Amino acid sequence: MSGPAGVVRPAEVARPQRHYLNETPGLRAWLFTLDHKRIGVLYLVSLVVSFALGGVFAILLRTELWTPGPTIMSADAYNQAFTLHGAIMIFLFIIPGIPAALGNFALPLMIGARDVAFPRLNLASWWLYVLGASLAVGAIVLGGVDTGWTFYTPYSISTGTQVVLITLGAFILGFSSIFTGLNFLVTVHKLRAPGMGFFDLPLFVWALYATGLIQILATPVLGITLLLLIAERTLGIGIFDPALGGDPVLFQHFFWFYSHPAVYIMILPAMGVESELISTFSRKHIFGYKFVAFSSVAIALFGFLVWGHHMFVAGQSALASTIFSALTFSVGIPSAIKVFNWLATMYRGSIRLRTPMLYGLSFLFLFTIGGLTGLFLGALAADVHLHDTYFVVAHFHYTMMGGVVMAFLGGLHYWWPKMFGRMYDERMGRGAWLLLFLGFNLTFFTQFILGSLGMPRRYYNYLEVFRPYHRASTVGAYLMAAAFVWIAFYLLQALWRGREAPANPWGAGSFEWQTSSPPPVDNFRDLPEVRDPYDLTAWVYDDAAGGYVRREART
Amino acid sequence: MTTPRGRTALAAQAEALGHVVPFRCLLGVLGTLLLLTWVTVGATHLDLGVWNLWLALGIAALKSSLVALYFMHLRWDSRLNAIFFVGAVLFVVLFLGLALMDSVHYRPERLPGYVPGLPQMAEARA
Repeated sequence: MSGPAGVVRPAEVARPQRHYLNETPGLRAWLFTLDHKRIGVLYLVSLVVSFALGGVFAILLRTELWTPGPTIMSADAYNQAFTLHGAIMIFLFIIPGIPAALGNFALPLMIGARDVAFPRLNLASWWLYVLGASLAVGAIVLGGVDTGWTFYTPYSISTGTQVVLITLGAFILGFSSIFTGLNFLVTVHKLRAPGMGFFDLPLFVWALYATGLIQILATPVLGITLLLLIAERTLGIGIFDPALGGDPVLFQHFFWFYSHPAVYIMILPAMGVESELISTFSRKHIFGYKFVAFSSVAIALFGFLVWGHHMFVAGQSALASTIFSALTFSVGIPSAIKVFNWLATMYRGSIRLRTPMLYGLSFLFLFTIGGLTGLFLGALAADVHLHDTYFVVAHFHYTMMGGVVMAFLGGLHYWWPKMFGRMYDERMGRGAWLLLFLGFNLTFFTQFILGSLGMPRRYYNYLEVFRPYHRASTVGAYLMAAAFVWIAFYLLQALWRGREAPANPWGAGSFEWQTSSPPPVDNFRDLPEVRDPYDLTAWVYDDAAGGYVRREART
Repeated sequence: MTTPRGRTALAAQAEALGHVVPFRCLLGVLGTLLLLTWVTVGATHLDLGVWNLWLALGIAALKSSLVALYFMHLRWDSRLNAIFFVGAVLFVVLFLGLALMDSVHYRPERLPGYVPGLPQMAEARA
């Protein structure tokens, strides 16, 4: 089937009649599928629904802040709205986000495997996600939660809202996350294509591997923390409750030991996507492959040493704060290694400003701002002023939304033709990106100014002097909402009206582009030869194929 | 079963199953664990001051090592899995070490009997 040197010829990767999307029809076949690609799609749909729900709360929040005092809701409802926005976006969207949807779909394809190592565990992971999400939604229906997504004690022990239900949901979601991480680690170790070493892996796989390490090591601590909180509320065991001799600062240690590494669960896969986008659309080999790969692992490990920087003004000792502040700066090193390597990759590249690359460039720009403002917050003296202000909100959103969500969208646009076999409208893609980019910066850059002027976060009311900033931020949020609706429109439109996608529309070199779009159930008709995934000079555009093919295959 | 062919079949089966720990060995470990539990309880009757805690932790560490080595088969498993296991233990040490170090240092700054928000919390509970 393949050419003599393992060359995949265009005819061999033409769109097949039967592929993973239509092989076994019916809802039941989808809900109980063991195919990693279908599970990726199931996750994608679930994540988009969660993102929309979290987005609705964001719009409600920003609308409420259009004027000081009451605008559309009471102060109590506002407390619930920001809690639910945070909890849904963190636990239901960003943490599972890229690994569960894009990783599940792409990882086995990228390493030449037929599936993940434990397909049933993979399906169980999705079902646990659905169960955990249902409990979280149940908490909303039964009265909501008003503690903030961090569930800090002692307030979370005494409030009359649905803390137990939503923390139980987060506990179950934690297992879903562990299952995914475990599956990816074993898959990378055991199911790589014959002859594929660790340094032949695409950098997205390295990033998912490092993410898996954090998911397995950190998530159990979240489980323990939330169970202890539930025990504290229901049994009054006195671990965190100061009235019973407990220690609320200990809760913060427990919580952040997971939740700080969790931001690397969120950002590392995004960095992996970024490596793929920057190399592919610069038409250049990734610069400093090993540095980028090892910096993922370094971030995963350093990420465990800095949790105390969330607690500088929470009553933590001066000694611990000094240690954590110093360690916090160390995380900047591997992150900067990545940024400089991406820039070096782009240098003198033939940059194609296709929609995925626009998101890739946004990531580079916005994540750098988010990362550098994190250094302000890591400095002890500056943090005393900026702690719990909108500066922190802006910093967090620049890294998480400007970083992770932009990379998620970049990855979604990048792999969309492979997932569904259809191309989306490129002009609409660029238009929606521009609207989103402008809306994002209007929303959150304004919040940097608000925060440095002293506007505290999570406040229902504010001084008149802050009104123009809040209004600008709200207008930005509306622009972003419009952009997301636009993105959903043209991506869905592509499913029905998009032109058929070639096997390799972008000229990328990793394995997933060497099978048909969409792939067959078993991923590959013949396994391609293991080569450098970033040697893009081997790929040339072929009019007949409508996409890129290997040079040898063309002649 | 003793023919060369039988041995091959057994070897293939063992490869598929992984290492099989003899039942007597498992029983022996179980007995040791039960004995150590009895020792843990017995040790609470001795007044060793601060060393009571370290004795209890030492016995617990010994018991968890037995579980990891024999019940989890780490003694016969690849070295990579042992590295992962030891790595996980190191992370526990990191977490507890830093959290407890902080707790020891801020404890003197706490005001005895002062619980912020206690009256409101009591009201909320009522």
